[in-house]
Amino acid sequence: MKKAVITVVGKDSVGIIAKVCTYLAENNINILDISQTIVQEYFNMMMIVDFGTTEKDFLVAATELEKVGEEIGVVIKTQREDIFNMMHRI
Amino acid sequence: MINIQEVIETNQMIEKENLDVRTITLGISLLDCIDADLQECKKKIYNKITTVAEKLVETGNLIEKEYKIPVVNKRISVTPIALVGGACCKAPEDFVEIAETLDAAAKTVGVNFLGGYSALVSKGMTTADKNLILSIPKALAKTERVCSSINVGSTKTGINMDAVKLLGEIVLKTAEETKEADSLGCAKLVIFCNAPDDNPFMAGAFHGVTEADAIINVGVSGPGVVKTALEQVRGENFEVLCETIKKTAFKITRVGQLVAKEASQMLGIPFGIVDLSLAPTPAVGDSVADILKEIGLEHPGAPGTTAALALLNDQVKKGGVMASSYVGGLSGAFIPVSEDQGMIDAVRAGALTLEKLEAMTCVCSVGLDMIAIPGDTPATTISGIIADEMAIGMINQKTTAVRLIPVIGKGVGEVVEFGGLLGYAPVMPVNAFSCDAFVNRGGRIPAPIHSFKN
Repeated sequence: MKKAVITVVGKDSVGIIAKVCTYLAENNINILDISQTIVQEYFNMMMIVDFGTTEKDFLVAATELEKVGEEIGVVIKTQREDIFNMMHRI
Repeated sequence: MINIQEVIETNQMIEKENLDVRTITLGISLLDCIDADLQECKKKIYNKITTVAEKLVETGNLIEKEYKIPVVNKRISVTPIALVGGACCKAPEDFVEIAETLDAAAKTVGVNFLGGYSALVSKGMTTADKNLILSIPKALAKTERVCSSINVGSTKTGINMDAVKLLGEIVLKTAEETKEADSLGCAKLVIFCNAPDDNPFMAGAFHGVTEADAIINVGVSGPGVVKTALEQVRGENFEVLCETIKKTAFKITRVGQLVAKEASQMLGIPFGIVDLSLAPTPAVGDSVADILKEIGLEHPGAPGTTAALALLNDQVKKGGVMASSYVGGLSGAFIPVSEDQGMIDAVRAGALTLEKLEAMTCVCSVGLDMIAIPGDTPATTISGIIADEMAIGMINQKTTAVRLIPVIGKGVGEVVEFGGLLGYAPVMPVNAFSCDAFVNRGGRIPAPIHSFKN
């Protein structure tokens, strides 16, 4: 399974999760986990998603998600999950 | 599954604390490029480098995009050129031609530095070794990306004092040849004792003869991450301090291991080692000196500095070793003056001297690094400084190195600007008493007693 972590950071507003989820649904990218928190007054959301179900190229999707973020005024970052697993799991 | 706090922690390290992969260095053996004809040899070298490293920069950039971690440098190290060019280079000028070929190959594949314009002369010099050393001033003046290193001593062989004497003169000539650029050539010349074969960091990288045809070595760095972690444990005892450094070093090194494996797989080239080093840059918040300050020193150079550095270096290794399947290279904290804002501040404040830096090199990698000294320093004095540093390496069975920059036309207190990752540095005073008679003796210093382990 090719898992990736999507993080969304920015000022909280209506419809952020909806926008990101819509993009993922349209591109057949399955969401495995969502959580959110507020860090220093900023909205932080993290999603673990599965790229195994989509035809979409990883880097193309990452760039398109960045654009979605720009439209709604948040920063969206898509990273392969391995970097977090390596750092936080032995 | 990974949780949001862990994701935030990792991204904070990257975005705010300058965690990065300092270099992916591709080691390439040029032994199969040896030819009796110089032109043929140059052609083979150019073709081999540009073929093997064709996708290196592209791969580094791809990893950067997929993991959103900066891969700052993509570099190449090659077999020491004295060995490769020995058959066809009859004079120093011939070696300069090979340097230009290496520079051209580096530019073609887009790497910012290529190391291995080197000779291994820890016991004696062949004619080729000597010609290469004599060619260094011209080679470094005529090329932009080629880096040179000379191994002049080891615990097993002792110190080749003839080479040390010669290199004092070569350092000065290199400074003279590049005086228009604040003697920048010397920033690309490292003199080693116990040089490792698999070091990914410049300017001292070369691809040792014990290595395979091609290999990927990675150096990661995050002094800022260690500094930030230590901010949370101010006033705590040494146990807590050391545990914190160890845990942080583990996390940093894991990223290096991941990137090394990934690059190795993408390029189809075996993974060599991860170098566990804390390498600073002139950027604010990317400083080893700041870690020393956070440990409790007003400035690096204050009493306690050597002890603080010793524990830092040791904890970085202890944390890092478990994080990677193969560890090698220099693996330790770097203390270059010009590349670390905190070190520059310490020199300016009068806290840090050349002598204290020498003491610090006894407990960390690598040595007297990126130190600007007055341009009128005699060659024998430079040789004396080199000999001192080599002796530390020889006796302590560790790598030590010297990268001094005698800045032609400048004196103590003036500032030299190297630009980019090399930073800037105030010219530091050098002990003015002579060591002429010592350096001029010639010959070599025998290997120390504890090297006889057979």
